[in-house]
Amino acid sequence: MALLEASNVVAGYGETEILHGVSISVNKGEIVTIIGPNGCGKSTLMKAIVGLVRVRTGAVRFRGVDISRLEPEQTVRSGLCYVPQSDNIFPSMTTRENLEMGAFVRRDDFRHRIDEMFELFPDLKRSARMKAGRLSGGQRQMLAIARALMLDPVLLLLDEPSAGLAPGLIHTVFERIRGINETGVSLLLVEQNARESLRMSDRGYVLSGGDNQIEDSGPALLNNPEVGRLYLGG
Amino acid sequence: MGFLPFVKLGLVANGIIFGSVIALGAIGLTLVYGILKLGNFAHGDYMAFGAYVAFYIVDGLLPRAGIEGAGLGPFTFGFPVLIALPLSAIVVALGAIALDLLIYRRLRQRGASTAILMMASLGVAIAIRGLVQLIWSGDTQHYPRESRQVYHLPMDVRIPPDGLFVAIVAVILVAGVYMLLTYTKIGKAMRATSDNPSLALVTGINTKHVVWWTWGIGGALAAIAGVLLAVVQAQLLPIMGWKFLIPLFAAVILGGIGNPYGALIGALVVGVSMEVSTQWINPSYKPAVAFAIMIGVLLARPHGIFGDSQ
Amino acid sequence: MDIGGVIDYLVGFAIMAMIYAIFTLGLNVHWGFTGLFNIGIAGFFALGAYTAALLTSPPPDPEQFEDFVFGGNLAHHDVLAWGIDAWFFLGIAAAAAVCGLVALIIGSITLRLNDDYLSIATLGIAESVRLFFLNEKWAANGSKGLYRIPKFLGDLIPAENYDYLYIVVVLIVLLILFVAVQRAARSPWGRVLRAIREDEVTTAASGKNVSHFKLQSFVFGAMIMGVGGALFAHHVRFLSPLTFDPLLATFVIWAMLMVGGSGNNLGAVLGAFVVWGVWAGTQFLPGVFSDPSFRLLMIGVLIVTIMLLRPGGLLGEWRRIVARRPAPAAGRDATGAD
Repeated sequence: MALLEASNVVAGYGETEILHGVSISVNKGEIVTIIGPNGCGKSTLMKAIVGLVRVRTGAVRFRGVDISRLEPEQTVRSGLCYVPQSDNIFPSMTTRENLEMGAFVRRDDFRHRIDEMFELFPDLKRSARMKAGRLSGGQRQMLAIARALMLDPVLLLLDEPSAGLAPGLIHTVFERIRGINETGVSLLLVEQNARESLRMSDRGYVLSGGDNQIEDSGPALLNNPEVGRLYLGG
Repeated sequence: MGFLPFVKLGLVANGIIFGSVIALGAIGLTLVYGILKLGNFAHGDYMAFGAYVAFYIVDGLLPRAGIEGAGLGPFTFGFPVLIALPLSAIVVALGAIALDLLIYRRLRQRGASTAILMMASLGVAIAIRGLVQLIWSGDTQHYPRESRQVYHLPMDVRIPPDGLFVAIVAVILVAGVYMLLTYTKIGKAMRATSDNPSLALVTGINTKHVVWWTWGIGGALAAIAGVLLAVVQAQLLPIMGWKFLIPLFAAVILGGIGNPYGALIGALVVGVSMEVSTQWINPSYKPAVAFAIMIGVLLARPHGIFGDSQ
Repeated sequence: MDIGGVIDYLVGFAIMAMIYAIFTLGLNVHWGFTGLFNIGIAGFFALGAYTAALLTSPPPDPEQFEDFVFGGNLAHHDVLAWGIDAWFFLGIAAAAAVCGLVALIIGSITLRLNDDYLSIATLGIAESVRLFFLNEKWAANGSKGLYRIPKFLGDLIPAENYDYLYIVVVLIVLLILFVAVQRAARSPWGRVLRAIREDEVTTAASGKNVSHFKLQSFVFGAMIMGVGGALFAHHVRFLSPLTFDPLLATFVIWAMLMVGGSGNNLGAVLGAFVVWGVWAGTQFLPGVFSDPSFRLLMIGVLIVTIMLLRPGGLLGEWRRIVARRPAPAAGRDATGAD
């Protein structure tokens, strides 16, 4: 059984429907990447899964349970954490406070988890007392991911983790993502930087116009000439 | 004093006292504004309602239990006001939470725009004022009081003891709010929600509790601000809250929306400016001075004196 | 009261209802079309009324203890009469211009930032205008007020029947404004405003300068309110700062628009008549119903209830009522409201 299974998800904002019936799945231990042109509904799909956008029809099953009617707060408790593409930190709070907020639903002593995050992202330790709004773009992205990891999630949803980062940093971010995956966390990514993302992915989906187009393994998508021409920039 | 030798220090002192009343209202208003994205036009009327609830306790309830009095120590008011202060804060805090459950929560769930939320708060403001007038009439009232000597300080500064009381209560409450926001889990969650509401949601923060705490704190502070305003002005009027909206919003905008520390500074700036302005212009223009400061800030630093000037 | 008295009363009632309808139209341009939240209608009301009154009133008379310095006395310049009392229209135009100018200044400062600021600023305008006329006796006689405001075409008809003439004047102005607002709403300009109200981000993304359109709408609505103020001044012919308290000069107008339906011009006019009818009618009721505090409470409750149940107003937006029939199951709101 798949860890996450979204089937025929229809969702949108107000009167506009963005997703017309998208189905994806993530198995335990996998890195799965969703690629596709701008406005195809990649981010909306992420938001529909975590409960920020209402799922109109279709189902989202996480560990066998339908989560499509849950509030985001309940989804998070079930072990599914999400990092939005932008505005993904609390800028007026310190780095440490951001991490504490990430652990909001934990009732145990989570200080060791903060230390683990500082080990994973040493940059964050150095800026622990700094306002998060003053961090650099790369540090913010690390903090956003660390915040989501505070709950020891089973599945992590990352919306364009490399957006707006310098080329050198992009590589580091992907390294870290691979490292997180090695600790047993499954990942679902949306990426503009499709080539690099697919290279480390087990599987990938191509979304277009709010519908599934292609599903295949990461390397196969990379070598698919049509995908290459349309979505990977030749 | 070397700076601004032409400013009367007594007016500055009055301004600080007045500013600390504004601060108590403005901190609650800015928290609600930042966290719920609601510019609450009823906030002034929460203040007025708090002042009148205290009046009912002091004037109607406590005398029946044989508790009466005025002129406690150096102050014009009596011990009953000290009892009424926390009670009124609780009543208004619960009332603010109840109004959220009844009105604003439903609107938020429907995804109503900020304009609709503000419109509803205008309705609440009007209704509260009507209710206050209906119960307590539109006439001027005041807490039982005895007249007292003002303190004479050097440099021709005169401070009424009541003003000192107001400033001390404000300092204690502001410190309490600071501790809450800095050190408690719910306080941090409130700041997080104010910073980034949708991220707070997906972080798992219990936004329902955050909303309750926000209204609770905002309502309690408003009630106390209302009582203190009635003490320093030595009168209660149903319109006192509505009239207070301009200085309140001026302080909030000055400090940057959602920033409680900014609201504190903004309130002191507005309070002192309003008082000091009376040295040159007609005192009844004080609300217009607050408005002028607000417009000036919007021109020069649209995101408040501490915000980024983008 | 004899029949003649009843008719006199109804004519007086209709004049006030139509003047209010003008304000409601102006507010509809702000809120109904564009979503601008003006809670300082009283400011434009007062500015319009005082501008027209000051321009047309005779100069101050020291024997009447009038302290103000300026009375334009336009009504006594034959040049401006041409037999049709043209000064009246000059006064109206000036009232609209002054309101438009104030709206332009305040709007251009606040609208580029945040809509909320505009609403707070309107509150500030209303309070500042009130304080100005209250304190600056030289401007308009302070709290003693202006009471020698001339009548338009006052020579044509005996004083006791003057209302029968003025009701026609107000009706004509209302009709002109109604047609103007209606045409504006249906023009491409009006469509952009609606688009802004519905979805500002998308409208901005489609290349429209959102804050420019909002500013135009704010100025346009304020000018209409200025006209309303001028007509009011020449109707009651007495103005003091106390005339413009928030209850009768702001909140009642909001109640009218809420009842009539925002975005719906015909509804705005109907709402003015309904609310003013209830308002005027209930003053004859015994006990609490004629208590101004009770009415204040009821206006507040009315606004909150309408926001909760039918944010588009009781009559709703005309276009939507028509559109709702073929598609009844558009959502929870539609089914709950019908």
